[in-house]
Amino acid sequence: MKIFPLVSNLNLPIAICKDTGRPSWGLPFGRARRRSALSPSSRLPPAPRRTQVKAGAAEVAEDTQRTAFLLRKQWTLYSVTPLYRFSEAHLRDYSRLLSAFVAAEKKKGLAVEIGGELDIKVSVTSLPDLKGSDRDQAAILVQLSSRSSASPKNSEEKVIWSGWFCCVAGDELSENLPEAFTCLPLFLVNGAESNTAIVGTWFQKTFDCCFRRLSLSPFNLSWMAAMWTGCKVDKPASATELVFSVPRLPHPLHISYAINLEDAQALWATIQKTPGEITQEEVDVFMDCLYSHFYRHFKIHLSATKLVKVSTAVASAHCDGIIKFRQSQYLTGVLMLLTELAICQIQ
Amino acid sequence: MAVLRPFSKLPELNSAVLLLVGSEGDFQQKLAEAILQEKKDFTVNVHIATSLPLPSERDHLRPQIDMIVFMIDIKNKYSLKNVEDSLAYVDAKFFLGKVCFLVTGVGRVNCCSVDMNAVWKLGENYCSPVLFCELELEGTRVATAQRLLRMLQICAGYVPGVSALYFSTLMTTFSS
Repeated sequence: MKIFPLVSNLNLPIAICKDTGRPSWGLPFGRARRRSALSPSSRLPPAPRRTQVKAGAAEVAEDTQRTAFLLRKQWTLYSVTPLYRFSEAHLRDYSRLLSAFVAAEKKKGLAVEIGGELDIKVSVTSLPDLKGSDRDQAAILVQLSSRSSASPKNSEEKVIWSGWFCCVAGDELSENLPEAFTCLPLFLVNGAESNTAIVGTWFQKTFDCCFRRLSLSPFNLSWMAAMWTGCKVDKPASATELVFSVPRLPHPLHISYAINLEDAQALWATIQKTPGEITQEEVDVFMDCLYSHFYRHFKIHLSATKLVKVSTAVASAHCDGIIKFRQSQYLTGVLMLLTELAICQIQ
Repeated sequence: MAVLRPFSKLPELNSAVLLLVGSEGDFQQKLAEAILQEKKDFTVNVHIATSLPLPSERDHLRPQIDMIVFMIDIKNKYSLKNVEDSLAYVDAKFFLGKVCFLVTGVGRVNCCSVDMNAVWKLGENYCSPVLFCELELEGTRVATAQRLLRMLQICAGYVPGVSALYFSTLMTTFSS
């Protein structure tokens, strides 16, 4: 069932904003557990205020060239524990070792090879632009490209799999680490699952780290919806779309709620108090406004359903841990949020 | 008479009444059945409601309620709002240990829709303990039923020397 309320004028009762001027405490579930264990005297942790995703001003021109291949692709998210004895100086060696490993894995179980086999070339490079501050480790890109050896004239290499490690504003994790560890908590993958397993196994064996799938809870997705709605985009962009899944029905039901971008931005502008900062209360009010508007028209409580996918002009995120970047200027900002979630999952 | 009061009716001999308030139908039923299957030496009546206030037509037939358990499902933001709205219909004297918040569905943290700190704040504002459980699994359901039954026994006054006011120790942490 697809429901598209095509309202051009969201006339919403902003008076329901129960704002006391004081931010409420809102942290993802995992972190709340951790904080209350460490500080028994102050049971509730201090308010999280996330900074609004800002467009990277200075590096826009160069960035777009080098990171253009990151946009408009579906990336699956993983969280990675710190890597032991990883050094950026040895990236060439790592490429060679990894390509040997990949070749060995691919040949495993094959009795006879007929015809031209695909040579898989592995490249491990560094992406120095993708980091928040100088304290962060530069992003590492691993690419598997195949070149068919049957036609040597056609030496065009096609990238069949890419994965990149990155860390944007990961101070919380990196400042407490011993010397030998490198902090790159976020891993994004595009390509076949079999290749992901091979590369993941090699990294786990070589650097003693652990990969875990990063799934996005509806709580985090609602934060993303609110944060990304507030971002200014230049070209006419698509509507903000939220997809909900209704639980416990005999046939799965998905409700898609599309909101005109200008209306959503107007709503967010009335809610946000301090430009550049977002609190939990503001996110709650934003989502409650959307839910109550939907209820008024369709008599369905969206708050009782599960938010599964958020799709905005900046990026789109799915609860299974799949993300798609749409705007290069906000890439660092989105990565900062994802790094935070990855660190939460590790701890 | 819309507001629930703790001591407005006469108690019955050797019986205790528990009220479960929450918007989740199936798990409330299963929890009630698990409570009733436990071995106990007094009669237990479990009443189930989706929200408060309770309908006033059958008010004269209802016994005195010894303990109220508000169920919040972590996957369902609406259940938290439902509980917050229902709290207005409970008299202040109930919050001396006879109310408890039960957060269910904690096994699936990846589907969390509720802000956990809002739940903690709710527990602190209303001076009532917040318990966490997972009702989908048989084992934890039975353990939760046993725990609630023990709390009910204390609230109804069947444990000599221990009153419901002691439940405040479940909430405060001892800081140096």
